[in-house]
Amino acid sequence: MGKKITGAEMVIQTLHDQGVESVFGYPGGAVLPIYDAIFQQENVKHILVRHEQGASHAAEGYARSTGNVGVLIVTSGPGATNAVTGLTDALLDSIPIVCISGQVPTHLIGTDAFQEADTVGITRACTKHNWLVKDIKDLPRIMHEAFYIARSGRPGPVLVDIPKDIQFAEGEYENLSKTTHKTYTPPSTIDSKAVSAVVDLMQRAKRPIIYSGGGIINSGPKASKLLQKFVQKTNMPITSTLMGLGAYPGSGDNWLGMLGMHGTYEANMAMHDCDLMLCIGARFDDRITGKIDEFSPKSKKIHVDIDATSINKNVEVDLSIIADCGKFLNEVLKIMENRNNKFQSYDLWWKQIDSWKKVNCLQYKANSDVIMPQYAIQRLYELTKNKDTYITTEVGQHQMWAAQFYKFDKPNRWLTSGGLGTMGYGFPAANGVQVAKPDALVIDIAGDASILMNIQELSTAVQYQLNTKIFILNNSYMGMVRQWQQLLHGNRISESYSDSLPDFVKLAEAYGATGIRAKKPAELDDAILEMIDTPGPVIFDCVVANLENCFPMIPSGKAHNDMLLGENVSDEEVANAIDDDGKIMV
Amino acid sequence: MNKKNPASTYDIISINEDDERHTLSIIVDDEPGVLARVIGLFAARGFNIDSLTVSETESKQQLSRITLVTSGSPSVIEKIKVQVDRLVSVHRVADLTADYGQYGALERELALIKVKGTGNKRLEALRLAEAFDAQTVDASLDSFVFQITGRTREIDRFINLMASVGLTEVSRTGVAALKRGAGST
Ligand SMILES: Cc1ncc(C[n+]2csc(CCOP(=O)(O)OP(=O)(O)O)c2C)c(N)n1
Ligand SMILES: [Mg+2]
Repeated sequence: MGKKITGAEMVIQTLHDQGVESVFGYPGGAVLPIYDAIFQQENVKHILVRHEQGASHAAEGYARSTGNVGVLIVTSGPGATNAVTGLTDALLDSIPIVCISGQVPTHLIGTDAFQEADTVGITRACTKHNWLVKDIKDLPRIMHEAFYIARSGRPGPVLVDIPKDIQFAEGEYENLSKTTHKTYTPPSTIDSKAVSAVVDLMQRAKRPIIYSGGGIINSGPKASKLLQKFVQKTNMPITSTLMGLGAYPGSGDNWLGMLGMHGTYEANMAMHDCDLMLCIGARFDDRITGKIDEFSPKSKKIHVDIDATSINKNVEVDLSIIADCGKFLNEVLKIMENRNNKFQSYDLWWKQIDSWKKVNCLQYKANSDVIMPQYAIQRLYELTKNKDTYITTEVGQHQMWAAQFYKFDKPNRWLTSGGLGTMGYGFPAANGVQVAKPDALVIDIAGDASILMNIQELSTAVQYQLNTKIFILNNSYMGMVRQWQQLLHGNRISESYSDSLPDFVKLAEAYGATGIRAKKPAELDDAILEMIDTPGPVIFDCVVANLENCFPMIPSGKAHNDMLLGENVSDEEVANAIDDDGKIMV
Repeated sequence: MNKKNPASTYDIISINEDDERHTLSIIVDDEPGVLARVIGLFAARGFNIDSLTVSETESKQQLSRITLVTSGSPSVIEKIKVQVDRLVSVHRVADLTADYGQYGALERELALIKVKGTGNKRLEALRLAEAFDAQTVDASLDSFVFQITGRTREIDRFINLMASVGLTEVSRTGVAALKRGAGST
């Protein structure tokens, strides 16, 4: 017990004790005491965003790239409501962030005071947990609990709502960063018998597949290492969700590419025809399964997840293990070592997979006049793969092309809004990464529509001299919407043309950043190199083919083995790919 | 193995299973907003709430007990339990359905039932109340209020019968439940 400090000082002290180096925020009346405390210290750096949504995604970027908890500070009312999208995004993608919001003074709560919003009510549904602090005595405990809950078990966003009088009030602070929580106890052990049963199933399987997800990334870099070892030992083919990219190297021998709606043909066919599916840290999301009653009909399914609610939620499995993915991989490798029996070599299965690979599902029609979006990503990959690169994305076709064509060899290098599909995520997230990793090359692969959703964050990037690069695949359309309109709605391009786009080069310049434009394939490489070499934030306006569609694709309502491939698909086939039942789905 | 799931990406209600009624006892931290968390979860995930009672139980430890009756297929009931258990403020969830588990549980509910009428109907109402062991807690020249405690099924039966002898209003407490024997939830 030390001397008495104010609630505002406790907030900053907690951040420091929790090892937080930078926070993202925006001031306002209800957080002025906290901002005053920020002003009077040097332990925690504050990054001023230009919109609270930007702060929320920046905190996500900071968290996802470092594995630590990201923090944002917002004022009451509009400050808090602006952060809701980022909180929801973090909830769906299991990203640990702590949002500290100011609230009107305790005695005004419930009076519709100026900038009062029922923040804990509004965010109850989009946080893992939240608190309204009503007594200064509770503040140190709640602050530290918030960090504990955000990062433990299945990580997620939490919010601490602090009335202004509590920020001014004085109390005793204690560093509680080692404490846990009285009711929240995430699984810490593992059922070895069940893991043994996994090995039994593996030994009997002839056509196994690993389907991994973001849970491996969340478990930490060690889990990715173990996964690689596990794949190498078993020679099993591996695919992953959008969120799991990078856990197993994209250039690895057993890698089938991403699975799901825009996954590769070989990954989806292997999922459909496998006889053993080992799902580690993924959640059988509808983008992954396609038509649920035709999902992998011949397989025994094993599900490893730290969150019990994910088990049997969408797909009933034969064996489930509720545990941390890294712990599971460690255990399964141990058990395998103790057994002498040989594993199958799965030769026939690999032969089959190789025949699917020959379909070459990511093929696209090359063009020497127009930059094909896929080509742009391929070049970006080739020219950045040997650097310390982090990629974020917005949402749309460019996101899927990035996932298909950029190969991630390490975890935590790929940041995208998977569960919520939030346009406007990528750029502030990239700023968050850049703050955490000042020397890294951080690129937001963006779309012309998405980038405008949080373009104001360019001001943030300029202010803090962040080197964040925005690589816009500019097709002048909300391409993914246009593609669906072509598939589902008779090619009636309703409101998805990007009319009146700004001149992105001038826009960059207006903010004090650099703008670069490439229009021809021949000039692409040099322009990308120029982007990499230019210090400070850069907008790269990559003008690409307007009407290219993203393939392969499992049309909604179809099964994994019913994919639309890009190369030879006619416009008519595209128009009739989805039947009436499929149309009602998102 | 996916036979239970109908042909839709989203709609995954298990069509082959019959709905069951379950009484869940949810021990939570007695803190503001905790009830909103629990019922918000039911609303957000489309689970049913048939009845709900809440009160502080162990005041020393600042715990409350939420007793909630829900219905759904066995797999939905399983989902409800793990979802509720995942809430940070929830200590534990126990299934206190009367005929569930090794020993089963006790479920009781109290209802106040107002009937209006004169003559034969009034006499019949009194006779029925007696047969059901209901107490008369209020009476006027043309009305009674009965109080009945028992299992939900019995109370339902009593109310159904009262409908033909002048039932006007019902107020029920919802189910309270405890495990049988010495063990606690
Ligand atoms: C905030 C938000 N609003 C709407 C959508 C629906 N949506 C998904 S993709 C998309 C178009 C994105 O266009 P653009 O950024 O140009 O990317 P492209 O598909 O052209 O690569 C839209 C509107 C969304 N995902 N997020
Ligand atoms: Mg576009």
